[in-house]
Amino acid sequence: MSVATTTSDTEKFSEENFRHHLDAFWLNVPWVQELKQQNWKTYQELPLPTRSDERYRFSDLRKLKLDGYRPAQEPTEAQKADAIARSNLVGEPAGKVVFGDNFLLEFEGLSEELKAKGVIWMPLQQAAIEHPELVQKYFLEEENQLGSEKLLALHNAFFHGGSFLYVPKGVEIEQPIAAYYWSIECGEAIFPHTLLVVEDNAKVDFVDYYGSLDTGCCSTLSCGVGTIYAGQGAQVFRKIVQNFNEEALSFQLEANIADRDSQVKTIAVNLGSKYARLQNHTRIVGPGADVKMYGLTVSKDEQEFDQRTLQIHEAPHAVSDLLFKNALLDSSRTIFSGLIKVAKDAQQTDAYQTNRNLLLSKTAEANSLPGLEIEANDVKCSHGATTGQVDESELFYLMARGIPRQTAYQLLVFGFFEEIVEKISNEELRENVRKLVQAKFGNEM
Amino acid sequence: MSTETPEINIDRSKGDFSFAEDYKYDAGIGLSPDTIDYISNVKGEDAWVNEYRQKALKIFQDKPMPTHWASDDLNTIKFEDVRYYLSKGQKPSRTWDDVPDDVKQTFERLGIPEQERAFLAGVEAQFDSEAAYSRMKEEMEKLGVIFVGPHEGLHEHPEIFKKFFGKVIPIGDNKFSALNSACFSGGSFIYVPPGVKVAQPLQAYFRINAENFGQFERTLIIADEGSEVMYMEGCTAPKFETATLHAAVVELVALKGAKIQYVTVQNWSNNVFNLVTKRGMAEEDAEIRWIDCNIGSRLTMKYPGVVLKGERARGEVISIALANDGQHQDTGAKMIHAASNTTSNVISKSISIGEGRSTYRGQVSIPKRLSNCKNNTECDALLINTNSRTDTYPAITVRGDHNSVQHEASVSKVSAEQIFYMQQRGLEEGEAMSLAVNGFVNDLVREFPMEYSVELKRLIDLEMEGSVG
Repeated sequence: MSVATTTSDTEKFSEENFRHHLDAFWLNVPWVQELKQQNWKTYQELPLPTRSDERYRFSDLRKLKLDGYRPAQEPTEAQKADAIARSNLVGEPAGKVVFGDNFLLEFEGLSEELKAKGVIWMPLQQAAIEHPELVQKYFLEEENQLGSEKLLALHNAFFHGGSFLYVPKGVEIEQPIAAYYWSIECGEAIFPHTLLVVEDNAKVDFVDYYGSLDTGCCSTLSCGVGTIYAGQGAQVFRKIVQNFNEEALSFQLEANIADRDSQVKTIAVNLGSKYARLQNHTRIVGPGADVKMYGLTVSKDEQEFDQRTLQIHEAPHAVSDLLFKNALLDSSRTIFSGLIKVAKDAQQTDAYQTNRNLLLSKTAEANSLPGLEIEANDVKCSHGATTGQVDESELFYLMARGIPRQTAYQLLVFGFFEEIVEKISNEELRENVRKLVQAKFGNEM
Repeated sequence: MSTETPEINIDRSKGDFSFAEDYKYDAGIGLSPDTIDYISNVKGEDAWVNEYRQKALKIFQDKPMPTHWASDDLNTIKFEDVRYYLSKGQKPSRTWDDVPDDVKQTFERLGIPEQERAFLAGVEAQFDSEAAYSRMKEEMEKLGVIFVGPHEGLHEHPEIFKKFFGKVIPIGDNKFSALNSACFSGGSFIYVPPGVKVAQPLQAYFRINAENFGQFERTLIIADEGSEVMYMEGCTAPKFETATLHAAVVELVALKGAKIQYVTVQNWSNNVFNLVTKRGMAEEDAEIRWIDCNIGSRLTMKYPGVVLKGERARGEVISIALANDGQHQDTGAKMIHAASNTTSNVISKSISIGEGRSTYRGQVSIPKRLSNCKNNTECDALLINTNSRTDTYPAITVRGDHNSVQHEASVSKVSAEQIFYMQQRGLEEGEAMSLAVNGFVNDLVREFPMEYSVELKRLIDLEMEGSVG
């Protein structure tokens, strides 16, 4: 297979397009221009992932072609209005931003009270101009180790839409903040970016929604990056709902850092795309940190969900727990590849990793690669992976109590996800996620 | 309690002796088509075997080192410095008196003849390339059990062995199976006729005596319908200044309803690269069990596998690995389900001491169209010292109908409470640690035949000596 030698991808993401991008969006921001130039060069130099790359084991590399995509253009007024109207996952957010094809469509600022406390919430592009020192300190500083260097370079070269949140020490934001990233035009690429800097003892709840306006006549590309910096004692809860149409190609590259006594909880809900790759790499740098990584995936038709996670314990006395649940319909595929790394000095680590796959079709395929690399001896680490069907005895139990088979089956399948859904603290969002999951099943059950 | 524990000293002196080398046949250093011709000539092989070897050599040379997933330590092997064939004489001796004295002494020290006299059905002892001593109890021969070397097997019983030779593990399976296919010599070819249940285990003993020598034994065991056999192998090598290579290929074929158990206790000195390919094929209702213990070697890469080809076949891997300073035990299991209603079970326990590193690598595959297949995998790792390391890399693929797979792994250390409890009752800290480690592997050690399990416990005690206190 010669994925590495396709040349047409550079035609679409061409030198000309790149120059145009710099002039249109970053004309007076030299530090961003410089960073983009470097990444543009890196993107051109790097090959696409190949078969021998272990980080792409089991991935269907044929789905991973970048030719046919180009940087997105500004959407029409009708499209804008549609996107804004549909950005309603959370009813009363503390703050909200809506992007369509990378362009800012709507922005809701925070309350005056929060602003007075020093919270900065604005589109990333604006933040890069107004608060360059602050953004530079955190922007793209975290190394991405899970194998999408080329995609990351492409993102860095072409991003302009994105959200930036800075919460100073001790400030708590109760209501969730929401960012919506819509993919609109056929063949166009979007580059969502969420950067959350949460200082010591601050607290924030953040939701990202990724969706397509269209139900899927043709393919789009999304290459998103998300980063959380959780300071000492900070509490960060982040939900990512990926619901592109079934023709989309999607990459979500997450890199998080948890400092001393912080709590970092991420929940990824994966529903859309033809091929969706989620990378979540969380580094624990301070003792006492508590990291939770949850994933919920419903795959159907020919979809492929490629999930790669890394829990890195660099500091002692920290806890991390991962639970990824996948339900598979039709001829879909899922890959879960997770690794817990415990460094030499990270004694007294508690790290867990669980992957549960529910096969709802004879032709679906679930792959699990749960891994451990442990270099400290005084630790508690375990991982488990199971793959199976709906339990006949559980079905029987419900049917014996007068519940029809069909209903009992549904109850058990939705019950499978409840373990993840109930981790979402916001009730409205929890209910909306349930609806999205049920909608995905449609009349399959 | 402090997590610091001092260094461990290993006593490897038991197998650490060697004799002057005076080999009748020596293929020299390095590997080329001429080396292969030399080996073929010495053995008087049929043309097809030579062709097979030459083809394998080409594949070996073309294949890259698998370092994109495996240890970089592989790159330190200097294939051009290895001696690929050494032999005292061609024919395996049939009685103990014919065995040359120094070879006899070697085995005397390793305790082979006593074991043989005591209870073993047959002994195939390999001293470098060729079996130096080979004899089977007469009853076995009467039953039609064939227990010979690969050369005899291919030459005298081609109708039996040619059919399966290289079929379970094709030449190009991996770089080291190709190397073995190119220069194999020695090993065992066993055929058990239908319905014959070999009551006592067959045993082989492998030993590397010459420095820079590569040992490439080849084993093929065919258990015909409804038969049962247990095979045991042990390996040691004296410690040489330079690294030694051992690349074996073991193929098992269990026909309908047959049972094969393959037991290995590997205690190579810790500069041996032990790169072994082991796989069995289980037909309908057949059962294959790999019982594997790795204590020695510098780097072991060994993932015994079972291809479950017939309905209701069963595969099992029981594995114990112990990695001490300077050692990397990279072991695991492969369970390839290829028929419905098949079951497989993997239980792996590893202990890392000092700076030792143990790795579990597993593969479980259940393709579509199959139903009611089950796999259970458990890997537990015990870390003794602060610098010890363990890794787990399983890969599981499941499709089809009503198949279920579960995998669990855990990492732990010996708890301070346990040690304290035992110390309170008058045990030294070292003894307590040793007892705790033996307890950790106890349920697996019981799977080994009695004489091996006693030996294993002793070896673990030996490795644990001075690990604490």
